[in-house]
Amino acid sequence: MNPLSYDVAKLLAGMLVLASFLMLYQVRLSALLNMLGVHAFILALAVAWQATIQHAPELYITALITLVFKALLIPAALQRIVTRLGLHREIEAITGIGLSMLAGIALVALSLEVMLPVTAHIDPVTREDIALALSVVLIGLLMMVTRRNAVSQVAAFLSLENGIDLAAAGAEGMPLVVEISVAFSALMAFLVIGIFLFRIRERFDTVDIRALDEFRGDRR
Amino acid sequence: MIALWGVLGAPLLGAAVLAMIPAYRLSARLNVVVSGVAFAAALELFVRRPAPGLFLMVDDLNVVFIVLSSFVGFTTSLFSASYINHELETGRLTPAYLRFYHAMYQVMMFGMNLALVSNNIGLMWVAVELATLATVMMVGVYRTHEALEAAWKYFILASVGIALALFGTILVYLAAHPVIGTGLQSMAWTVLHVHARGFDPALLDIAFVFLLLGYGTKIGLAPMHAWLPDAHAEGPTPISAVLSGLLLNVALYALLRFKMLLAACPGGIAPGPLLVTLGLISLLFASVMLYRRRDIKRMFAYSSIEHMGIIVFAFGMAGPLGNFAGLLQMAMHSLTKSAIFFTVGHVAQVKGTQRLAEMGGLTESHPLLGWSLLAGVAAIVGLPPFGIFTSEFLLLSSTFARAPALAVLLGGGLLLALGALLWRASGLAFGMVRGPIGPVHASFVPIFAHLALVLVAGVYLPGPMVAWFQHVAGLLG
Repeated sequence: MNPLSYDVAKLLAGMLVLASFLMLYQVRLSALLNMLGVHAFILALAVAWQATIQHAPELYITALITLVFKALLIPAALQRIVTRLGLHREIEAITGIGLSMLAGIALVALSLEVMLPVTAHIDPVTREDIALALSVVLIGLLMMVTRRNAVSQVAAFLSLENGIDLAAAGAEGMPLVVEISVAFSALMAFLVIGIFLFRIRERFDTVDIRALDEFRGDRR
Repeated sequence: MIALWGVLGAPLLGAAVLAMIPAYRLSARLNVVVSGVAFAAALELFVRRPAPGLFLMVDDLNVVFIVLSSFVGFTTSLFSASYINHELETGRLTPAYLRFYHAMYQVMMFGMNLALVSNNIGLMWVAVELATLATVMMVGVYRTHEALEAAWKYFILASVGIALALFGTILVYLAAHPVIGTGLQSMAWTVLHVHARGFDPALLDIAFVFLLLGYGTKIGLAPMHAWLPDAHAEGPTPISAVLSGLLLNVALYALLRFKMLLAACPGGIAPGPLLVTLGLISLLFASVMLYRRRDIKRMFAYSSIEHMGIIVFAFGMAGPLGNFAGLLQMAMHSLTKSAIFFTVGHVAQVKGTQRLAEMGGLTESHPLLGWSLLAGVAAIVGLPPFGIFTSEFLLLSSTFARAPALAVLLGGGLLLALGALLWRASGLAFGMVRGPIGPVHASFVPIFAHLALVLVAGVYLPGPMVAWFQHVAGLLG
């Protein structure tokens, strides 16, 4: 393995983790959505790099889909929803920034600790990619549970899916089925979410999940 | 091969056609026809099955699931046809939404059938996701405050679940890759099972944890069950029936396949204890929670969590008896629970509410509905002579022989659930008549068909069927 290709792959995967951290401490919704675009852009670069070093041209398609849909269209559409609906521009988090950053660091340590030993026999590029992808997934989960606003939860979910995309691209020679499916699912997810956001708006004039929490089935 | 295309093609084609038909009476009938064709094709698979390909396969294990799921899909479409008339009259659904509803019903059936017949771990994941998205849309179809919240919660939790399952799937591929090599082969079940011996056990262990959490969310195992009661309670009742009867089974099937893979790999962790623990937690948790339910559909949703707990426990105990009990319990639960939801759907329509406190004396006001509900509850809590008694007795006695402490917990959970459900059901069926007593336009055919099957299975299981189940139980290891 060419050391340069290894270094670049690791750099891009590391940047994706960094972008996850940047998303973790945003307090404004529009800034968060911009970061989501950056996140997906880094992913597109990482996938394209994997396509080059694995000599797997079909991965370029995945990279292109990522670039067009996840880095450009989806953040733009979410921004539009935010302005159209006149949502709160600030993100309400359950924990403070400091605490969630610390938790994020712990999650990265955890994923490296879990994944690196068990992947000892695998190609080193794949190995690092999988470990860092798991960090992105876990930080995405953390973001989902600490955010109250529906739009920021969606953004968190999309960053989580980016992590899985990274893992799929890093897994050498994995058949195209999965890459297409992931892109497809992100699109579908977005469609569903978009519809739901509009419906939610119709009904309660807010996209704050807390407004939904007042309903707890049995207590009505 | 034609049968296999029938199982997949009928729902897919049906979805496309149903999406274009605005006349709801016609589309309700067409929905029944399409589901019937898929069921006929599934029966054909039972007799003659094609050789496994790179993407699709039918073997002894999944054919059981396919036949069961297309049968319940067919009877539910019958129930749905009588159910939606009332929803139109009360204005809860409009013809435009019904068009969408019927198309989505077939998309969901397609997704589930594809997940069951796929020979590729990636394709299977895509199919589960497709079925999930279709059901999310249907749960939210009433567009009320509650329905939207339920759909949103279901969507978010299920998405996280299937995202984790995909990560697990990628890890399985990574474990298979060094042994099998690149290409579609390394994601095909048929090839994976042959080579599982050589996989890296540590990697497969981690993969299984992700798959257990991911597909476990879809199965509705506690503590990942939060979406299940809301989705069951707020969607249209036919969807509650297929969610409980089918979709949970599909996720279970996926988990079982991966469990077989792990079991075939020496040096991996034993999946049994993990399944037993999660199963017991779900069973005990749901049994306790049953006592505090005030909404009839929510109550039976908790009963589904309880039963999935029992089934996962049974597969965790494994061995010929455990697996046999698990398979039988799964089939019986699907049939019984969907019959109960059919009845509950009509009860809720007559009473105009789902609140338990506002209904009562059903055997007096609507004898047929009341007694059907009572029979369904007797079956679901495991009273003889119904089929669930057979499987629960088998499970309990085999667990007693191997791990008495676990059997005590299992028995305790079963008794707790029995108490709660019988207490509620007697309040519903007997006593003073409460709530409106308008006429009911129910189709009793699906209800009776399901209950009759469960009764027959409890009284007499035909020899060939026992042999078949034993054979499949043996495959599960």
